[in-house]
Amino acid sequence: MALLEVRDLSISFPGGSGRGSALSKAVDGVSFDVEAGQVAGLVGESGSGKSVTSLAVMGLLPHTARVSGSASFDGRDLLAVPERELEGVRGREVAMVFQDPMTSLNPVVTVGTQITEVLRRHTGASRRAARDEAGELLARVGIPAPVRRLREYPHQLSGGMRQRAMIAIALACSPKLLIADEPTTALDVTIQAQVLELMGDLVRERGTAMLLITHDLGVVAGLCDTVTVMYSGRVVERADRHELFARPRHRYTSGLLASVPRLDAPRGQRLQPIPGTPRDVIGWDAGCAFAPRCSAADDACRGTELPLVSDGARDRHLLRCAHPVPDQHDQHDQHDQHDQHDQQERSA
Amino acid sequence: MTAQTAGEPAAQDDVLLSARGVAVHYPGRGSVLRRPAPVRAVDGVDLDVRRGETYGLVGESGCGKSTLGRALLRLTEPTAGSIVLDGVDLRSLRPEPLRRARRQMQMVFQDPMASLDPRMDVEAAVAEPLRAHGLATGRGERGRRVRELLGLVGLPASAATRYPHEFSGGQRQRIGIARALAVEPSLVVADEPVSALDVSVQAQVLNLLEDLQTQLGLTYLLIAHDLAVVRHTSDRVGVMYLGGVVEEAASDDLYAQPLHPYTLSLMSAVPVPDPVVEDTRERILLTGDLPSPADPPSGCRFHTRCPFVQPTRCADERPVLRDLGMPGVGTPGRGPHRVACHWAEAVRDGQLRPNASAHDPAAAQPA
Repeated sequence: MALLEVRDLSISFPGGSGRGSALSKAVDGVSFDVEAGQVAGLVGESGSGKSVTSLAVMGLLPHTARVSGSASFDGRDLLAVPERELEGVRGREVAMVFQDPMTSLNPVVTVGTQITEVLRRHTGASRRAARDEAGELLARVGIPAPVRRLREYPHQLSGGMRQRAMIAIALACSPKLLIADEPTTALDVTIQAQVLELMGDLVRERGTAMLLITHDLGVVAGLCDTVTVMYSGRVVERADRHELFARPRHRYTSGLLASVPRLDAPRGQRLQPIPGTPRDVIGWDAGCAFAPRCSAADDACRGTELPLVSDGARDRHLLRCAHPVPDQHDQHDQHDQHDQHDQQERSA
Repeated sequence: MTAQTAGEPAAQDDVLLSARGVAVHYPGRGSVLRRPAPVRAVDGVDLDVRRGETYGLVGESGCGKSTLGRALLRLTEPTAGSIVLDGVDLRSLRPEPLRRARRQMQMVFQDPMASLDPRMDVEAAVAEPLRAHGLATGRGERGRRVRELLGLVGLPASAATRYPHEFSGGQRQRIGIARALAVEPSLVVADEPVSALDVSVQAQVLNLLEDLQTQLGLTYLLIAHDLAVVRHTSDRVGVMYLGGVVEEAASDDLYAQPLHPYTLSLMSAVPVPDPVVEDTRERILLTGDLPSPADPPSGCRFHTRCPFVQPTRCADERPVLRDLGMPGVGTPGRGPHRVACHWAEAVRDGQLRPNASAHDPAAAQPA
């Protein structure tokens, strides 16, 4: 059994388009697992519902949100337990790192106090013991002169250091599950590389499970064991990391991969954008939400609801698509030819 | 994006924009006892942008790339240096001639929502620069020109009567581009034109910029933090660190063989959407953060974080850009490969290895 099992999670908010009573669906029947010692990636663009999903698991959505489904963590359904019990889980067993550390750290409380309050709340450590532990945590996440930093306020830290401090707070009680929502999006690439390395080490060394939410396929490729791709509130594809990048089957996944310029790709190739915007969707009950932007869409994609099913014999590769990208060997051949071409160029 | 100028060495009349020793210093914060030290946002940059090319300026936040871009258009007043656009010395221009000269140089901003007036419909927004420069006078003529510009950036004529909030991010960026192109500039400075857009939409705007360049013969100065975007779009690339250009080369040369330790670590840090590559590549991790431009390190500004730092020269001698153009790498004749590092040859030839413990945070003294 996985550490976190999210099943059939649906989230809607009141106040859809115009009328007061309408509900707008942000997440629709999402299921995924996060295993101990593994990183599960949740990928999508704005409006895909990836962040709302993580907030629901943590019980951090506003009270107006309607949530259904289950999120079973270590045998307990986090969506069903009373708020008091959830407070004992949050911060202690499940911790979260957000995109912008400046808005998630308290600006008028020192970094040290913000770490020690977590330790004292959950472990009942003495002030002194908590202080020592906090210093060690800051050192652990690579902050130089940690003892001095404990006395400083968030604004005195750089962006990268603030994010490290956030991670230190999240790790304070050695949580079993770390949820990271775009943890490096606000950071520069060199700092991002440091933070990602740090998070990868933590998962490997401590056996922590991590749910990583991001729009960046590059970050996913380096860190995640499994990848779940969301579009407009639903899962459209899921596979293990190597499988997904080697054989993207959903047109949205392959479209994303073809539209981002790669640092290691030869120049002069034109990018293949996905037409339209993530806002051009149709409801899932009227077919595939991606159909308005999809080059392969036809009548089969509109009108009938498409299930998320295993991709042929690969039962770990799930797909919700009527016309997936052909999975053929000629793609491989192309790749090989490409490699040969590269080698020829180099030797020439 | 275009290769027309990339083949031949640059003749002087090939250069559209030429900057020498451009500096932008802001007054810093001092106290009663301490004299304020100026913040050296841009500190002595030489730059040539050739006609018809895309020059990419890349660096991390705080390196001064945006300030430099604005200073080149005199949107931010440079503290020192000369800027010549198409033979006109911009720094000597008085306000009114400068305003007229702005027709030649336009800017595309990162956040189109912030750079468009929410109460102005698209027609008014795109017509505003026409009006300011006395172009396409008369309502009918102006309307026709606005529709033409909208068509150019791939928006329907019906967009003219709508307001910015009715558009998606990508469409708003198209409006921003139409506005910049309204006065038929020769140089467009695009500051992070796609970084606020959804991943699937970025490629649309990059392709549009490429098409417009081919169609209109534009020259671009593209400012971006994303090395992959810069590599894809630019003919030549300048890498900035803490107010200065540390390396400059033809895009292919730079990516084939980065010479400056900062460029090396920057490129090794960019995630590539391919697990096979990610699992095998060697990362050069930098330690620490960008030093303050109010108190830049002595000597080479990168020496406090450099994985190749040496006991001599680095800390006390500021390296200047010098040409290390290498025959045999890339296509010959793509111009110089300039790098500001005392040890660039040794780094290139593998005589120096990145030293992981050079700046070990554990070894840092608590202050």
